Amino acid sequence: MIQIRGLSKRLGKKQVLDGLDLEIPTGETWVIIGRSGTGKSVLLKHIVGLMKPDQGSIQIDGEDVATMDEAEINEVRKRFGMLFQGAALFDSLNVGDNVGLALREHRVMPEDKIRERVAERLDWVGLSGSEKQRPSDLSGGMRKRVGLARAIAMDPQFILYDEPTTGLDPITADVIDQLIRAMQKRMRVTSVVVTHDLASAYKIGDRIAMLHDGKVVFQGTPDETKTTKNPLVRQFIEGSSEGPIEV
Amino acid sequence: MEMDDVAVRGARYAQRRVADWFAEVGRITLMLGDAARAFVPALRSYWLIVDQMGAIGVGSMWLVTVVSLFTGGVAAVQAAYQFSSVVPLKFIGSVIMRSVIIELGPVLTALVVGGRVGASIAAELGTMKVTEQIDALRAMAINPTRYLVVPRLFACIVMLPVVTIYANAIAVFGGFLVAITTIGVSPHIYITGIKQYFFIKDLVSGLLKAMVFGGIIGTMGSYHGFATEGGAEGVGKATTYAVVASCVLVLITDYLLAHVLFRIIFAS
Repeated sequence: MIQIRGLSKRLGKKQVLDGLDLEIPTGETWVIIGRSGTGKSVLLKHIVGLMKPDQGSIQIDGEDVATMDEAEINEVRKRFGMLFQGAALFDSLNVGDNVGLALREHRVMPEDKIRERVAERLDWVGLSGSEKQRPSDLSGGMRKRVGLARAIAMDPQFILYDEPTTGLDPITADVIDQLIRAMQKRMRVTSVVVTHDLASAYKIGDRIAMLHDGKVVFQGTPDETKTTKNPLVRQFIEGSSEGPIEV
Repeated sequence: MEMDDVAVRGARYAQRRVADWFAEVGRITLMLGDAARAFVPALRSYWLIVDQMGAIGVGSMWLVTVVSLFTGGVAAVQAAYQFSSVVPLKFIGSVIMRSVIIELGPVLTALVVGGRVGASIAAELGTMKVTEQIDALRAMAINPTRYLVVPRLFACIVMLPVVTIYANAIAVFGGFLVAITTIGVSPHIYITGIKQYFFIKDLVSGLLKAMVFGGIIGTMGSYHGFATEGGAEGVGKATTYAVVASCVLVLITDYLLAHVLFRIIFAS
């Protein structure tokens, strides 16, 4: 379970997160929606300790990441997989080495098992046999899929997705959505997906939470989200520039 | 009244700049502390270090060859001009050799390699920073200092003296070519001069300087790479800062080391 209480973070002059509370039960997939710049990615980075909060706590199965030192956080991070917005593949390494990097660095298994694991995870994302390709030769959708294979290489209990479908065509976006769904079924992980792609949010989310002004202003199932009267959510899902959200 | 305003604003500005400078020195020191702590764990991934050593050493060969050949040549021409009717030409080999191994070899190598390697380290790490690759490493519980900084820094410290030895040899050879072809010194005299006035302490102090310069290049490249903010423009800025800072620091450190090495340690 991911339990966030009173999380605040100021970046420069902007109060990005302002006393945010969120509780994500084990095994569920939560989609965080909200306008660009409302701190969705910042929230994800706090969950894996890439950023330190000014105030508040982030408990992962009862352990507070905010008060840990780097060595302790690293132990928590090994239970996480993260897919970054631009996939963040290491361009000095080929696809197979990208996927196998954490396995090799943390020496979790012998080399032949690592190769098997890499091949298996690439197969799961539909990229069998692409080990030797360079990240620079891949299309945007393929990069995301390699990023996903890398995120799930260590058998994580939690997967964080930062804008998994942004910048992809609708069909490729659906492929990624299907993969995320498949991962949930196959690995029974707890997932947090940050996106402003509503089509994708409805497809993959058990619950949807909306972030606005550094706080969670709404949470509910996809159906509740579609029918809610909350004016902030309505404006967002209708994609209107007029309403309570200042443009 | 207005003058006071200007003075107050000026003082505040100066205060901020000084504070920024100290903050930067502090951050660099912290990074070096992290690198020292990550050094032993980094040796496990020795292939990362070997890769970097290759990139610095082999990658700089042609550049260093050309620069050193001409440096030696210029040293010969200038020495002959300054010697004219004051110092006998039989000293030309020793003067070229000593000025090369003490000063020209280490410093010019550091400036040339600093430009090439410092820029490439800053640009690579800077690009990794702005494309979230460094965050990705941390999210995978991989320490970026161990994985990225230590191999580069260590390779710079080891390889700068190696490249400097090569540069010294090429420069002395360049001086030899010019001396025998255009100045009219016989090969035998040039080589005798070198042999007579070769002191091991000259070579040792030159190579010590090269190690320190290597450390400066690796540190500036890594620090400015990691400090990159804001896309392609940020990467460009980081690269420029890294090169300028390495070159300036190399020259300042060269002066300080000259004092320490030749007026204190090897003073006799």
